[in-house]
Amino acid sequence: MDLNTVTAVVAAPTRAAQATWRPGDAWLAGGTWLFSAPQPHLRRLIDLRGFDWPPFRIDAGGLEIAATCTLARLGRIDPPAEWAAAPLIGQCRRALLGSFKVWNEATVGGNLCLSLPAGPMISLATALDGVCTLWRPDGGARQVAALDFVTGPQRNVLAPGELLRAVTLPAAALRCRTAFRRISLTPHGRSAALLIGRRSPDDGAFTLTVTAATVRPVRLAFPGLPGAAELLTALERAVPPWLYHHDVHGAPAWRRLMTVRFAEEIRAELARPREEGAR
Amino acid sequence: MRCEVNGRVFTGEPRPGQCLRSYLRELGWFGVKMGCDAGDCGACTVHVDGEPVHSCLFPAFRAAGRRVTTVEGLAGDAALHPVQRDFLAAQGFQCGFCTAGLIMTAAALGPEQRRNLPEALKGNLCRCTGYRAIEDAVHGVVRVDDDAEGESVGRNLPAPAGPQVVTGTARYALDVSVEGLLHAKLVHAPHAHARITAIDTSAARAVPGVRAVFTHEDAPARRYSTGRHEDATLDPADTRLFDDVVRFAGQRVAAVVADSVAAAEEGCRQLAVSYEVLPDVFDPEVAMTPGSPVLHGDKGPEQYVADADRNIAAEVHGDLGDVEAAFAAADVIHEDTYVSHRLQHAHLESHASLAWLDAAGRLTVRTSSQVPFLTRDALCTLFALPKDRVRVLCGRVGGGFGAKQEMFTEDVVALAALRTGRPVQLELTREEEFTATAVRHPISVRVKAAARRDGTLTALQLRAVANTGAYGNHATAVIHGCNESIAVYRCPNKKVDGYAVYTNTVPSGAYRGYGLSQTIFAVESAMDELARALGTDPIAFRERNVIRPGDPMLSFDAAPDDVEIGSYGLDQCLDLVRSALRRDAGARPPAGADWRVGQGIALGMIDTIPPRGHHAEARIALRADGHYELTVGTAEFGSGTTTAHRQLVADVLGTRPERIRIVHADTDRLDHDTGAFGSTGIVVAGLAATRAAEELRTRVIAAGARYAGVEPAACAPADDHVRCGEARVPLADLATRSRATGPELSATATSEGSPRSVAFNVQGFRVAVHTSTGEIRILRSVHAADAGRVVNPLQCRGQVEGGVAQAVGAALYESLLWDDDGHLVTTSFRTYHVPAFGDVPRTEVYFADTADALGPLGAKSMSESPFTPVAPALANAVRDATGIRFGVLPLTRDRVCLALAAARATTTAREYLTLGRRS
Repeated sequence: MDLNTVTAVVAAPTRAAQATWRPGDAWLAGGTWLFSAPQPHLRRLIDLRGFDWPPFRIDAGGLEIAATCTLARLGRIDPPAEWAAAPLIGQCRRALLGSFKVWNEATVGGNLCLSLPAGPMISLATALDGVCTLWRPDGGARQVAALDFVTGPQRNVLAPGELLRAVTLPAAALRCRTAFRRISLTPHGRSAALLIGRRSPDDGAFTLTVTAATVRPVRLAFPGLPGAAELLTALERAVPPWLYHHDVHGAPAWRRLMTVRFAEEIRAELARPREEGAR
Repeated sequence: MRCEVNGRVFTGEPRPGQCLRSYLRELGWFGVKMGCDAGDCGACTVHVDGEPVHSCLFPAFRAAGRRVTTVEGLAGDAALHPVQRDFLAAQGFQCGFCTAGLIMTAAALGPEQRRNLPEALKGNLCRCTGYRAIEDAVHGVVRVDDDAEGESVGRNLPAPAGPQVVTGTARYALDVSVEGLLHAKLVHAPHAHARITAIDTSAARAVPGVRAVFTHEDAPARRYSTGRHEDATLDPADTRLFDDVVRFAGQRVAAVVADSVAAAEEGCRQLAVSYEVLPDVFDPEVAMTPGSPVLHGDKGPEQYVADADRNIAAEVHGDLGDVEAAFAAADVIHEDTYVSHRLQHAHLESHASLAWLDAAGRLTVRTSSQVPFLTRDALCTLFALPKDRVRVLCGRVGGGFGAKQEMFTEDVVALAALRTGRPVQLELTREEEFTATAVRHPISVRVKAAARRDGTLTALQLRAVANTGAYGNHATAVIHGCNESIAVYRCPNKKVDGYAVYTNTVPSGAYRGYGLSQTIFAVESAMDELARALGTDPIAFRERNVIRPGDPMLSFDAAPDDVEIGSYGLDQCLDLVRSALRRDAGARPPAGADWRVGQGIALGMIDTIPPRGHHAEARIALRADGHYELTVGTAEFGSGTTTAHRQLVADVLGTRPERIRIVHADTDRLDHDTGAFGSTGIVVAGLAATRAAEELRTRVIAAGARYAGVEPAACAPADDHVRCGEARVPLADLATRSRATGPELSATATSEGSPRSVAFNVQGFRVAVHTSTGEIRILRSVHAADAGRVVNPLQCRGQVEGGVAQAVGAALYESLLWDDDGHLVTTSFRTYHVPAFGDVPRTEVYFADTADALGPLGAKSMSESPFTPVAPALANAVRDATGIRFGVLPLTRDRVCLALAAARATTTAREYLTLGRRS
């Protein structure tokens, strides 16, 4: 929709301009959320595409995804064969409520910064030990674990004027086997619970990441595969009932049941040896 | 900015915060639609450098140097793109408002996406079709018949406006360019109940571009109802254009009119309104008890309000026989409360209108309405203008479902145009559709039903409490409108108490089915429970107890009315559903021990026409080019009346439908038309059209006989000529020669909407329910309809499929939620889930073989009624699968899952598994 209070667009921003940030400014990435709701508090859009960051970079350390990488572009990454976790990228992309037409514009960074519990790029980044690189308005930078980036529904650690530059997924996580479970109130609706399990090929370590069901991402880590009771106990300790999200996309009590169910399904799946030919 | 749109270069600078959708529309590319403006519905889909995007989410400045294609440019130099041809051949549209976006999306799909349409089309909403027709279109299935000679009723002839719809050139309400146009925006109340103590308009008026501000001080004092009926006294006159009391959060309190939408919005933000907050009430049972806040204490019978002190807008009471005695003598009794919830119509074209003063200073309103003539009458009354000083007309209408049987925008633009002398447009946003228009009446129905051991229904009692919200639009007719849900049963003892109650919530209005879907949910759930208690098959139980030809149709009083069984196909419908369910169990239930399978059915009866008069006028003339021009009052909003009218008239005149041109929905062209609501497009307007055509046929024959010098008995009109004995007189010649010697060959006829017949629908479902997640999968959906003689089976099937899909949305997904202060929280399609392609089953549709004695050429209505039996059929199937009777809609996964978990916690496994058979 038209954002009629916006009176200026900064199409080619510089790092120096970051210091001129003022109330009423907004970083514009894909625009697919910003333009989807009234924003009467906004006066100026600063177009991150003006930085012209390469959408992603693959090296021995892993995968660095620029904040401005679109979901469509993310889907065209050709991952190295040893990245057993690569199917997660497609699974998380498809978990977005928006259509493939939205993928053409929506960005990885925008999804993280919107910080909705159901944000599937948050699920991807937290499940794979993602590290967010933030550019501070003073020209400096800092790094925050993706797990700590989102602090609550539509809340995150970004300070005014600060921006998300990239999220890096380390190679060690990308080489893990993963298991994915998701449910929503409708067949293709917004996620009400999205759980991802991961098992290291190096030491068998098991991590379980809970998103969508909870107000912020929650991760459980075990040195090896836990037993069912051990997992449930840890889950109940890590996610007290009030941490379950309450909105129109699912009752908290249901989200809790689904979380417990999926956690055990994921544990059981990753307990089985990898199927022949599967990635 | 330099940007190429459909091969043409444009250089206009967009505004900094402008989206591509509005930029394109301002350039005149009206094929780009505003359905939600939030990226959820896909109606604005365009291609940017070949990639499909939701143009409402696309910053316009980013189109610089890019190549944009809208539906108007999709075909390039060809007449039609292959996808446009496919949408025509499959008739993959009804109202057509979503079609441009669907075509632009479908044209961009790769082979893999075509194989997974539920995923590929999740960003496109269609409220009309139920998606089967769209699936056919994407896969290139041909459904329409050629327009050949011979009888056209009964054939799948295409919709006349199809070529315009698929090319984006069909014109809806705001698809016109107007010089000097002003834009109105509304200010809405933040409180559920408050008195306005002051409004300071100075800051708003000081905003550059603001031309006028209108508040309750500027509004006519006269009260009216936004709900429109032939009888204007049917609805409580409880509404002012702008009031000094607000009765729900979201009620409009002022309009700001400005040169641009942006300036009008800024004016709205600058308007200072002071409120004295009043006590509020949201629950209708509480609202009826003494001591509750009273919403309309200053009104009474003169405003057609039943009992203002108890917040009762309308009530109904009646009984037949002796229900108490019947309950005392019964072998089985079922008593429970069934709660149907509010629904948004979610027509994709929002309420929108545009008013101007014509050269003669006459008020003209172009609007998206189901009732242009009644709106004209309402504007005349409101502004004290004679009928010849107001003209109301419609373009093509982008869906209605009852929501446009209301005056929600026309009064505002009329006021603004009359006061400013300038053309003024008002387009409601999707959020305003949710917060400030009308919803389906939520009705809580306490039902008590009794039967004898032999399977005979002996008593049926309803106490229905409808929450009519802050205003009583449609309250009276909806609460009276539950007749058919019980009149369909032969039962000597019946009792009904109904209340439509004011509360401080968004008004309830007319919604597809008009009260029937809510009472049918209760009655058909109760019938299912009685059948279970008796150990009888639910279809057999109904066969034993439904009315048959010759039976009186009695609901709660024995006074004579004008409804009769003009044709009877209920027995066929029940049998069609039974045999279809027996023949094929449908999709296999998914693997896994958690799935439980069940089956359920429900029926519905509907009067083919609303009560108390429904009038239509039709005029048909033979034009000089040898075409017939039919003028009807009905607007086309996707129900396909235009197609049906052409076929009916063509058969009377012995010609092909393509020789019939239709002009519709313009108060200048006819005297009166009650409108297209209550499923009347075919049975009232169609009857008038048929009668006019019969009269014209006589005149054409007489004229032909005169010119050819033969007896009229030797003459008959055919295709493009009149056969006169051995001679053929071309219609064009006949028109020209008649015109030279006298008046044009034309005829006018009316129909009065009485007597009325009844139509029937039966829905059957087979479902699988996942007992751990609460997911409901529809394995099979079967619907049988008695529509009399089916004028156009393809289109009628589309109406049924669309009705079932809309009702599946209502039964499984759609839910409006408020916070504790009465503010709606579900104000978008992201939070209010209208079914997308992958959310609804394909429904197998069967028609009963009947011909109605009252409808035109044997036809009956089939617009609202497919909606009505769906929710109870689904709830009955879930009951069958799980043993749990869900009496509150919708059956969302979380509710189903938690109910099953609770049942597991309170019953042993064995009991739980047999619960369904214990009753």
